Amino acid sequence: MSLLDVDGVTVHFGGVTALERVSFTVEPGEIFAIVGPNGAGKSTLFNLISRFHEPEEGDVRFAGESLLRRAPSGIAGLGIARTFQNIELFEHSSVLQNLLVGRHTRRRASILAQILFTPAVRREEIAHRVAVERMIDFLDLQPHRDRIIAGLPYGIRKVVEVARALAIGPRMLLLDEPASGLSAEESRDMQFRIKDIRARMGVTVLMVEHDMGLVSAVSDRVLALADGRVLAIGTPSEVQSHPKVIEAYLGTEAAAP
Amino acid sequence: MEILQLIVSGLANGCIYGLIALGFALIYKAAEQVNFAQGDLMMFGAFVALGLTNDSHLGLPFWVACIGAVTAMAVLGWLLERSVLRRVFGQSQIAVVILTIAFGFLLRIAAGLIWGHDPLTLESPIAGVNQHFGGLVLGLDELTVIAVTLVLTAILFGFFSRTKLGIAMQASSQNQLAAYYMGIPVKRIHGLTWALAGAIAAVAGILFASKGSIDPNTGLLGIKAFAAAVIGGFGSLPGALAGGLIVGLIEPFAARYVASGYSQIAPYAMLILVLLIRPHGLFAQIHAKKV
Repeated sequence: MSLLDVDGVTVHFGGVTALERVSFTVEPGEIFAIVGPNGAGKSTLFNLISRFHEPEEGDVRFAGESLLRRAPSGIAGLGIARTFQNIELFEHSSVLQNLLVGRHTRRRASILAQILFTPAVRREEIAHRVAVERMIDFLDLQPHRDRIIAGLPYGIRKVVEVARALAIGPRMLLLDEPASGLSAEESRDMQFRIKDIRARMGVTVLMVEHDMGLVSAVSDRVLALADGRVLAIGTPSEVQSHPKVIEAYLGTEAAAP
Repeated sequence: MEILQLIVSGLANGCIYGLIALGFALIYKAAEQVNFAQGDLMMFGAFVALGLTNDSHLGLPFWVACIGAVTAMAVLGWLLERSVLRRVFGQSQIAVVILTIAFGFLLRIAAGLIWGHDPLTLESPIAGVNQHFGGLVLGLDELTVIAVTLVLTAILFGFFSRTKLGIAMQASSQNQLAAYYMGIPVKRIHGLTWALAGAIAAVAGILFASKGSIDPNTGLLGIKAFAAAVIGGFGSLPGALAGGLIVGLIEPFAARYVASGYSQIAPYAMLILVLLIRPHGLFAQIHAKKV
């Protein structure tokens, strides 16, 4: 069974068609990229999975269960984590605190036990801290552990956001333009990290990305979108050489002067 | 001895300001909203308790009235968030400020219509009982106020720093979008925050009414408590209590040693002083850093 099954979804904003009967599936363990020019509907697709937008038609299923019955806050509990194009962190908290909030859905102790800090709660807290420390080691965030987010450089924040998403312990990770705003070197690091996330944690990755170098380097399959419609799905090289994709990016020959 | 006496009565008053300031800080910390009706919620909570326990009204036992008032105010706080404030969710903070100021007026009018505009006294078992320690006369009411405030602040501090719900509240105040995708139901959290603020207001109200009389305009005390919250660094719970104590202590000393009338402006003079020296308040979170 596919892990994620997007089935004929349609979304309009006023008169603008953001998505028109888009269907695709993501298999477990896959790195799947969505590409397309600005306004193609990539972010809308992500926000649909995050339950930020409501589709007019179609369904989105994760591990066989429809996401449309869930509230936005219910998505993390299912095992779907995400990052944002413009980084959404808890600005006035430390890196460690941000990552610990990622463990929210995994905390089980009752509120009274937590206030009293019983031995069971203590053990649970230690387990969460261990889980978070593993992410810090995995993504080399040790020097920044106790720094407040507001004072960190952009490239580091981008990594912190990935670490926080992984702290949830997800089955699928949604990365919204993981390389945007990064330097060439940081972008290369991100490329290794994305591969590592799948190889060492077995997490399925769904990402939106403009940097075709990164997309070709890490993705198993690519979906090309334009004007809310699917142009092509296939391996990176298949999609890049697809005539419709070339047309969408470069214009048709007839239109060229 | 006189100074000690002034300190105790100042501390007891300060605890009341501190409790109202806690309500301000709580809502700011959890929802990044400013609730100008906090003082009026306190006043209303006191009247609910009074209506339940006074012989001229329902005449229920005092502890039943306490539980009743705290529950009723929690429900009122929750309903206010649910029915009104949720509609301006995501809008500028000014919308919430104006709505809560209006809500404060409504509470004052409602209290006046139900319980009248004359000062009333809560028939409380802790009112008017004095303890003698050597030459020092301490009211049981003052001691209870101090004890309850300290316990409540400690519980709230533990709640915010240790519990899943408390941390979720802080997370949703810092970034609602990120909180959603960490699995935190932000809107439900806001409702709970307002319920908690209502419950604390009721506790403050009951304690205040045990120390003296109340009338519908008692809620204007909230302005002094607001000064206390700002002095403490808005959004810091221990800061709110400390700010309340500072304001509470300044008043009796100003009244005793400075020309009369100055005691009324002393808290605000202190507020301006603090804002000049430490613009983020004494316990500002922004300066907080773990080493």
